[in-house]
Amino acid sequence: MDLSIILILAQDGLTNTAIYVLLAVALILVFGVTRIIYIPQGEFVSYGVLTLASLQQGVVPGTVWLLLLMAAVAALMESVRLFSEGALRDLPAALARILLLPAAIALLIHFCAPLRLPLGWQVLLTMLIVVPLGPLVYRVAFRPLADAPVLVLLIAAVAVHFGLVGLGLLFFGAEGVRTPAFSSAQFSLGALTVSGQSLWVYATSLVAIGGLAWFFGRTMYGKALRAVAFNRNGARLVGISPSMAGTLAFALAATIGCLSGVLIGPITTVYYDSGFLIGLKGFVGAIVGGLASFPLAALGALLVGLLESFSSFWLSEYKDVIVFTMVIPVLLWRSLSSVHYEEEQ
Amino acid sequence: MAERLLTVRDLSVRYGKVEAVYGVSLSVERGSIVSVIGPNGAGKSTLLNALMGVLPSRGSVEFCGQDLAKIEVEQRVARGLCLVPETRQLFAQMSVADNLELGAFIRYRRGDKAIRQSLENVYQLFPRLKERHGQLAGSLSGGERQMLALGRALMSQPTLLMLDEPSLGLAPLIVKEILKNISELRSTGVSILLIEQNARAALQISDYGYVLENGAVAMEGASRELAGNPRVIESYLGFGG
Ligand SMILES: Nc1ncnc2c1ncn2[C@@H]1O[C@H](COP(=O)(O)OP(=O)(O)OP(=O)(O)O)[C@@H](O)[C@H]1O
Ligand SMILES: [Mg+2]
Repeated sequence: MDLSIILILAQDGLTNTAIYVLLAVALILVFGVTRIIYIPQGEFVSYGVLTLASLQQGVVPGTVWLLLLMAAVAALMESVRLFSEGALRDLPAALARILLLPAAIALLIHFCAPLRLPLGWQVLLTMLIVVPLGPLVYRVAFRPLADAPVLVLLIAAVAVHFGLVGLGLLFFGAEGVRTPAFSSAQFSLGALTVSGQSLWVYATSLVAIGGLAWFFGRTMYGKALRAVAFNRNGARLVGISPSMAGTLAFALAATIGCLSGVLIGPITTVYYDSGFLIGLKGFVGAIVGGLASFPLAALGALLVGLLESFSSFWLSEYKDVIVFTMVIPVLLWRSLSSVHYEEEQ
Repeated sequence: MAERLLTVRDLSVRYGKVEAVYGVSLSVERGSIVSVIGPNGAGKSTLLNALMGVLPSRGSVEFCGQDLAKIEVEQRVARGLCLVPETRQLFAQMSVADNLELGAFIRYRRGDKAIRQSLENVYQLFPRLKERHGQLAGSLSGGERQMLALGRALMSQPTLLMLDEPSLGLAPLIVKEILKNISELRSTGVSILLIEQNARAALQISDYGYVLENGAVAMEGASRELAGNPRVIESYLGFGG
């Protein structure tokens, strides 16, 4: 193993890291705001890739049907709720709020998909389809359970994961896809050749992280999300509704997932069920950060990314095993070194 | 006669089988300060939490002429009700400035442009908070925390401010200061429902008072009359001063 191989592996590792960091941030965000261990996060990664690949071929992606399906379910649930509360006169407005946007998006995609727009536009359309799925998942599966214990939420998350994977198979089939690279340029720096694609990944990831830091540190809604994560009751007392915060967190998580998919699409072949493993690696990073600390999670993601790329060189069949085994010493270390706080109530 | 802001009829709150508050009726007129006094465990905090919607209750609560029965906590905030609970519920891991800013969350949602100005007003009221604006709320002293809790509540520009022992753990001089601030708030159009251990001070600054004992209203009346009532003097005001 010489220097050039090490450099190549490190570069691969960093590319993975850039994506795992984003996913780890999404998982911490969702957990903080809603106490949900968000297993289905990975599905948004694969949906992102699969959707973009369909648009590349000029066909309407299956996720559009999923979007309509979810909106219909949400509308049905809302109708039942309003009916049982005897507030039927609110029904038309409520239905419009739920159905109008997905319908408009579906219509737009119906017209735009055959046009084979340039890649940048297709990425935008992909986001437009996949991101609204996040809040819909929250609305349909999690919002009714808002006050349930963490374990129940976890079980629901697992169920949603299986549901979304199954729907992925239904709408996209079992074939793997790859999306085109954003750049085919190669730069050489001494012994190192850097691909334009990995530069895209690094830059996008850095911009996204910078954007999130700004959002959480400077904007009212970002601060509101943090407030809910720190102290749910206090947040309610200043008028921040937990379900508004949950919806926002799920929208952000879906954005991050879809973006990760768009970045990862040109690097790996993605199948309807690939998201789970990718998401799980982001999860390992998040665990290193105790599902709370962003910097530690970034460190964890770096560890996962590098470990993955180096172990794929030495022991490629075992690379996932190695990465996931890493969780054990990390958990041991965390449980020994961290102070346990009582869950705030 | 002034307009009724809050009307509570026959309110009962239970923790499991224990009835902590029962059959309480009270009202607050717009622009007035109403105090609720009573011994430890009388149900004062329970009462305020129920009015805010934090605890489920039976009976009727009417605010600005509207029934609050099905209204969630955060919607009550949006309607102008604001509670500073006994436990304060600050955002300990966030800065003083962020805590205050979040107090104005509902105003921000409405597109209110005067939030900066309110922040300056709060800083003027509590210069200590301005000095410590970058410090985490969790690292403030007890008294500073009280100021922050009150400041955060003021940031929402409530119509009715409910304060649960705002002077808890404060030095006597600051208690005076805070109570003075509270009575000055009235001139800015805020009505106040006040719980205070310091019954003498509470009756001094309020217009009307209720005495809560064992979860029920034992006495009520204009604060001046209550302060002269022999039973109140004996139980809550003690001797002297
Ligand atoms: N979560 C709870 N579960 C069961 N009982 C409770 C709970 N909270 C309060 N209580 C009981 O309800 C009664 C009223 O409590 P509350 O806190 O309202 O009293 P308080 O008048 O505010 O007293 P203090 O002056 O000490 O603050 C007390 O007997 C208390 O033990
Ligand atoms: Mg109390």
